[in-house]
Amino acid sequence: MKNKGMTIIVKTITRITVWLILVYGIYIILHGHLTPGGGFPGGVIIALAFLNVLLAQGREFTKNWLKMNLLHDLEATSAILYLIVGILGISFTGYFLSNFLPKGKLFNLISAGTIPVLNIIIGLKVCAGLFFVLWSLAIFHLASKEEEK
Amino acid sequence: MPVETWLIFTLIFMIIGSIVALEIKNLLSAIISIGVVGLGTSVCFLFLQAPDLAIVQFLFEIFALIILIRAYLKAEYHEMDKKSENKLVTFIAIVVLAGVLVLSLDMFGALPEFGNPIMETANHYVEKGNAAKETNSANLVASIILDYRAYDTLGEITVLFTAILGTLTILRIKTGSQKEESDEE
Amino acid sequence: MIVYILCFILFLVGVYGVLTKKDLIKIILALSIMEYSANLFLILFAYKSGGGMPILSKGEKIQGMVDPLPQALVLTSIVIELGITAMLVAFAIRLYQKYETFDITKIRRLSG
Repeated sequence: MKNKGMTIIVKTITRITVWLILVYGIYIILHGHLTPGGGFPGGVIIALAFLNVLLAQGREFTKNWLKMNLLHDLEATSAILYLIVGILGISFTGYFLSNFLPKGKLFNLISAGTIPVLNIIIGLKVCAGLFFVLWSLAIFHLASKEEEK
Repeated sequence: MPVETWLIFTLIFMIIGSIVALEIKNLLSAIISIGVVGLGTSVCFLFLQAPDLAIVQFLFEIFALIILIRAYLKAEYHEMDKKSENKLVTFIAIVVLAGVLVLSLDMFGALPEFGNPIMETANHYVEKGNAAKETNSANLVASIILDYRAYDTLGEITVLFTAILGTLTILRIKTGSQKEESDEE
Repeated sequence: MIVYILCFILFLVGVYGVLTKKDLIKIILALSIMEYSANLFLILFAYKSGGGMPILSKGEKIQGMVDPLPQALVLTSIVIELGITAMLVAFAIRLYQKYETFDITKIRRLSG
């Protein structure tokens, strides 16, 4: 993956389509309790949107646009947030990871207790983790090429 | 046409695709043929009325293809040594596996008939909309993985975290400069 | 029953690939074939004739559904298999950088 990215036609189009892919990914995460989907496929879609930026615009642009430290912290704290939701379940009812938020009406967007909350946590974690795998593969290629010279 | 006919057709297609993927010499074509097998299972999941799984399988298959194509650098790195090719091992492997298949044909008679599952635990979730009443979510599979069995999802996140941690540790670069360092976890 | 046997044949094709191939990437491909067939086999158990998707929609009566429990377990399995594939590919890239070949017979003979 060269540092400059692709031609100018690709750069102009991805500037528009990246936001569409992001909106689609967030839609699948948020409606996880109403339609098929949930946290896992939504996280992969958002990671693929970031990969789109990385391929089309190059490494330098992505490093300035996406803050790597923020993604790093997001992945680490998502696991702890899941445990905090579980421990809050112990404090409200007696059981770990119980559904303690008010349940609401069927087919509403805000319903089903902790299920949308857990979906969002899982989506953030999967997205950050998978994007880091792709980023380190991109950086590794650069380093091995430099050693060969 | 009944579902079983569609499934037999798709499975035969996948078997042919997998044999092509293993035997072809050009590695890029082999990776694309694995995509056939993965997308074939996604179509099979759709026939078996599991849309949640079809979406997940499709997306993770595309991600695996992207990572595999990244590992393929040039065609000349994959020319194998002709001397170490062993036709005897291939022949013995095929014979043994065919023997395993023939001997285990009897076992498939003991499985429940296709289309008649033993739903002991799931009867509680499906009958009379019990899962919809207790958790108030319309997606039964989401309510199972995030309410009835949320502890298993915690284990799954831990395994994914550990695997990604291992991947990032292996791809670490040791350079002197601070500029091109891979991500540390 | 023919469907179960075909799924088992797909699994055996994967086992053949792991046993006899010498290229590291082909071994990873054969492992992927094995994991697809294992997940498919579990979902074949859960199909009920004439059943519908396990998702309720507005205004429709609840009819007979397929078994939702194996679907939840196979979802976990698919996610974990991606982690395994990512780690194997990282291994392959690292091994190539150290030994300059993808052939597993050569990797055994050189010492590092």
